[in-house]
Amino acid sequence: MTEDLRNAIARRAARLLPDGAYVNLGIGLPTLVANYIPPDREIIFHSENGLLGLGPAPDESNFDPEMINAGKTPVTLLKGGAIFHHNDAFLMIRGGHLDYALLGAFQVSSRGDLANWATLGDNKAPAVGGAMDLAAGAREVWALMEHVTRTGAPRILDTCTYPLTAAGVVTRIFTDLATITINDGLIVEEMADGVTFDYLQSVTGAPLRVR
Amino acid sequence: MNKVFPNARTALEGLLRNNMLIAAGGFGLCGVPDRLIDAVRDSGVTGLTIASNNAGLDGEGLGKLLRSRQVRKMISSYVGDNKEFERQYLAGEIEVEFSPQGTLAERMRAGGAGIPGFYTPTGVGTLIAEGKATREFNGRCYLLERAIVADIALVKAWKADTSGNLMFRKTARNFNVPAATCGKICVVEVEEIVEVGALDPDHIHLPGIYVHHLVLGAPYDKKIEFRTTRLREA
Repeated sequence: MTEDLRNAIARRAARLLPDGAYVNLGIGLPTLVANYIPPDREIIFHSENGLLGLGPAPDESNFDPEMINAGKTPVTLLKGGAIFHHNDAFLMIRGGHLDYALLGAFQVSSRGDLANWATLGDNKAPAVGGAMDLAAGAREVWALMEHVTRTGAPRILDTCTYPLTAAGVVTRIFTDLATITINDGLIVEEMADGVTFDYLQSVTGAPLRVR
Repeated sequence: MNKVFPNARTALEGLLRNNMLIAAGGFGLCGVPDRLIDAVRDSGVTGLTIASNNAGLDGEGLGKLLRSRQVRKMISSYVGDNKEFERQYLAGEIEVEFSPQGTLAERMRAGGAGIPGFYTPTGVGTLIAEGKATREFNGRCYLLERAIVADIALVKAWKADTSGNLMFRKTARNFNVPAATCGKICVVEVEEIVEVGALDPDHIHLPGIYVHHLVLGAPYDKKIEFRTTRLREA
């Protein structure tokens, strides 16, 4: 997927976050969402390693190796930010205090099952991290991903074939082709320029409908 | 009462045994008890089980103990970023108990809080739930997770007073607080030790009741896994 397409997905997700929301952005594609928050909205970003109020990456003058996010990259803290330990960070997540978790995904099912931590097939160790806590705990979970795999196979399916991160939690899917809401099935909210409903259905592994 | 030891080796003297369970603070390379890890390596103990979110990098942090083959099992949420850890895991040379990050932090907290287990929504319906009891509360299914009580906790803090009251700096607090509370013996390395009374009681992050042995670890060469910064704006 090109940078342009990744940014387009992030922009669409950013537009739908309401003012005042507390949001956790997963590693990878979801982190781009922070670049597209409309200027009239205040969104407070959370990180699993104990931060609220994340700001942009530092430059060399304010870089601090003890100021990192859950992806272990350097960050800054905005005015009004707060620092805490891992128990508090997950109390916020698991206790339903966090409004949104925006997560990358391998697969999402039409019932909102999320698979984003293990494929078990390739020669890679699984990486559960904080994904299961975020998926089970956040009030709303949005999945951001490429619509199909590298070989063109659908990632949105009736049933996930990869191990689940959590069952029945995803409420919205943002892909390079469409924005889809999950509410008793898959409802197409928006399609990217040049994408038709028939084409979208042909690359989706579960029935779609329009609102 | 004297909690302050001259170095990491003496702070751990008599505490280390083969096959023991260690809880370690740190996340990535941030807030990692490096001096104490070096002393564990030098002691030569083996068969260790270590509860820690991840294992540093190859040759950094807990990665040192993996490289020296002193670890039998890791209880972690994340194996990536450390090639040797991933290699040993895929080759079946090390046992890994995957614990979701928040569950791992809570298992340590519960161990320190005298709570042997707890129900959590995290992991229900996933591979993590295999072999674990579930129970419904208010119509939702929860998973029973067991607390972790460690033989020793290894912790890195920023400042301590001589009675063991601790302050942490920025995101180096991370797993250090839950790890400290779940250790039967908690050994802490810090960057600065001040006299009792020099820390404002309102600013103490972890009270000295949890801290048994203290060592000055400075100077530190702080590292980061991924150093990505913006170009400075003109």
